[in-house]
Amino acid sequence: MACFLVPMTEAIVTTIAQKVIESKEKKTGMKTVTSADGFTMEKTPFSKKLGWLNKMLWGGSALLAFEHVWHGEVVPYFPFLTAASDPADAAEMLHEMGTAGVAMAAIVTVVWIGMLLVSKSLEKRALKAIPEAK
Amino acid sequence: MTLLVTVFAAAITTAMWYKRQPDGSMKLGILSWMFWGASLMWLIDAIFEYAELGAAYFTPEPADMLNDLFLGLSVIALALIIWIVILLIWDPKGVIKAKLLKKKEQ
Repeated sequence: MACFLVPMTEAIVTTIAQKVIESKEKKTGMKTVTSADGFTMEKTPFSKKLGWLNKMLWGGSALLAFEHVWHGEVVPYFPFLTAASDPADAAEMLHEMGTAGVAMAAIVTVVWIGMLLVSKSLEKRALKAIPEAK
Repeated sequence: MTLLVTVFAAAITTAMWYKRQPDGSMKLGILSWMFWGASLMWLIDAIFEYAELGAAYFTPEPADMLNDLFLGLSVIALALIIWIVILLIWDPKGVIKAKLLKKKEQ
């Protein structure tokens, strides 16, 4: 009914967070990692990694919003959500936002956290592999 | 069906993005992220629907399947439009900029 509003709200928060972190990173400069033999590599900034989450949340909620338009649950006139005009439907809509909507935002975030962990281990592995490549 | 169509789109665009690396001028990553985000969200939708319908979830009516397929293809069309607009605005290869500047010189 309006489950896409939950990941969209998260997308707004993470986009603001990304802008703040990005400006801080610009001030502090690029983070580098040095291996045991003195080889230096640039680390992917956290703001860029947060961008992955932003793109998934914005893209996913935009396409889901389209699905709601398709099913007539979102309309281009006030109150925009058809369920909002009826109290019983509104309660059902809020319940759906609290269950499916929260679960959607959570799964995207969990997958992103998994990607962070994988990228961290890949960075470590790449750093270890440098002396062998030499 | 919509989930299936979106997952296929996500996998294909990710493979295309990977093949073009390190050249990111086509901004295929944006398209890929968009499809993966939508796929994950529709997966949750599918889980909730399965919890409600049980095994009947896997045997939809032909009319519903056709409608879902039509929706899935429309979703891909919308995502492609969003991507092409971003690509043209971003203009990583400077094609639009060059065209506009050329016009100015005439």
